[in-house]
Amino acid sequence: MTVEQRYRYVYKPTVFVASLVPAALLLCGALGWFGQDLGADPVAKLLHTCGKTGLNFLLLTLLVTPVRRLTGFTHLVRLRRMLGLFAFFYLVVHFTVYLVLDQQLNYHSVLQDIVKRPYITIGFAALLLLIPLAITSTNRMMRRLGRRWQKLHRLIYLIAILGVWHYWWQVKKDIRQPLLYVGMLAVLLGYRVLVAVLNRARARAARAVTSRSAPATIPEKT
Amino acid sequence: MRGHKPGRIPASQITPLEAFLNRRELLAGALATGALAAGPLGGTPARAADAPPKPDPRFKFARNPKFSVSEVPTSFKDISHYNNFYEFGTGKEDPAANAGTLRPRPWSVTVGGECQTRGTFGFDDLIKGLPLEERIYRFRCVEAWSMVVPWLGFQLSGLIQKLKPTSNAKYVQFVTLMDPKQMPGENTDVLQWPYVEGLRLDEAMNPLALMVIGLYGQVLPNQNGAPLRLITPWKYGFKGVKSIVKINFLSTQPATTWNIAAPNEYGFYANVNPHVDHPRWSQATERPIGKGLFAARQPTLMFNGYENEVGYLYKGMDLRRNF
Repeated sequence: MTVEQRYRYVYKPTVFVASLVPAALLLCGALGWFGQDLGADPVAKLLHTCGKTGLNFLLLTLLVTPVRRLTGFTHLVRLRRMLGLFAFFYLVVHFTVYLVLDQQLNYHSVLQDIVKRPYITIGFAALLLLIPLAITSTNRMMRRLGRRWQKLHRLIYLIAILGVWHYWWQVKKDIRQPLLYVGMLAVLLGYRVLVAVLNRARARAARAVTSRSAPATIPEKT
Repeated sequence: MRGHKPGRIPASQITPLEAFLNRRELLAGALATGALAAGPLGGTPARAADAPPKPDPRFKFARNPKFSVSEVPTSFKDISHYNNFYEFGTGKEDPAANAGTLRPRPWSVTVGGECQTRGTFGFDDLIKGLPLEERIYRFRCVEAWSMVVPWLGFQLSGLIQKLKPTSNAKYVQFVTLMDPKQMPGENTDVLQWPYVEGLRLDEAMNPLALMVIGLYGQVLPNQNGAPLRLITPWKYGFKGVKSIVKINFLSTQPATTWNIAAPNEYGFYANVNPHVDHPRWSQATERPIGKGLFAARQPTLMFNGYENEVGYLYKGMDLRRNF
């Protein structure tokens, strides 16, 4: 099998099915299948599990680039779109659970929440920002947008920051878990900053070398 | 959908408590049973594990209808498996999983401060002569969820009279056990330990303030604050300090754990108030526990529905400031 085929027929379907496992578990819990249940506060359980799963997928998409660079598995980028779309999927379900099950479609109270509660404001902003990324995730959109596509999709950094912040802000007191997410995000974003700084330094060094070697070539000509 | 939700008990399994009632109360109990059976949960099948334990025959008590709401109690399973008791972990299911290390017997309580009956008392001595009763109270957590709980206990006012506070006593403070071996959460610095709470003395003397030793007619499960905890149903749940080892009468307002942790979010009074939001979330509505995925949020009531009983305590106070 070529790499292309392996991704198409093995890796992608495997990741797809694995990504649906959290959703399947929640569904079994909601329906009471296989002895699963959602506990005493099923709405909170659904809400929190979907939110956290979405956040996990956001971090996974950010993990692809460092892993590619550090391991040389450059083909991994073929999985990134799917991971991003699963992040979008779980976060849309997260919001839907909030809107329909928690708030019972009470738009007035939802609107008030979004305006008055900073943690909901930033969570909602992050979800809105994900929409253009999901829409422009097709091959055709990538071609059409060209260089602008990459610029647009850098929004994911902001979205991930808002997402982790949203998680942090709604925890009552025990911030150990959100702190873990802050740490993971810091590593993932820090890696990019580091790479950018190193690249710039390398470019500057290269420029310095060429400018220093330039005068040396002049006497040769003369 | 609602019928499929496990974790609920049929009304028929709540009624064995009535076996302890005298004839007159039996009649009232029968009415209550009728009301339960006609409730929305009547006839719901439940798993055996969700059934409440049989009432403990050592307890002689009756339900006090004057201080009981008519709502259907939350299941024993949910009341004992959805807890905030950070001494055993911060997850809702942590206390049920971890509270086995607590040894609620033998237990003693040290009474001190502005009172005549100072000293350390064994659990049985402390509660001797105080009439036990069951009260079905609403329970509202500051996190905007709620339950209905059949507590077993005695009025705090009776205990206070027994301890004879002096005229200097204006507040009563309660302290939870400090023993990281029994309470592993006390090894973390999530909160300042031991957990401390307090009431103004007139609040503590209100007939609704209950010292709880049982649940569903049984000895209180460890994870619910065994062997002795406070319940003030008009206040947010965190006022209900658990596993009490010290009671002090004070002339000044004592510090309280959640107020120390986040003074702008949790006040000393912590009265349930739908009009004063938590800085980060609304307190106008609450999610009832154990009613399944599609249960509507219900409006939160002023003083959790106990305004007639406790409103006088806060006359003229700015409840927005004294939250």
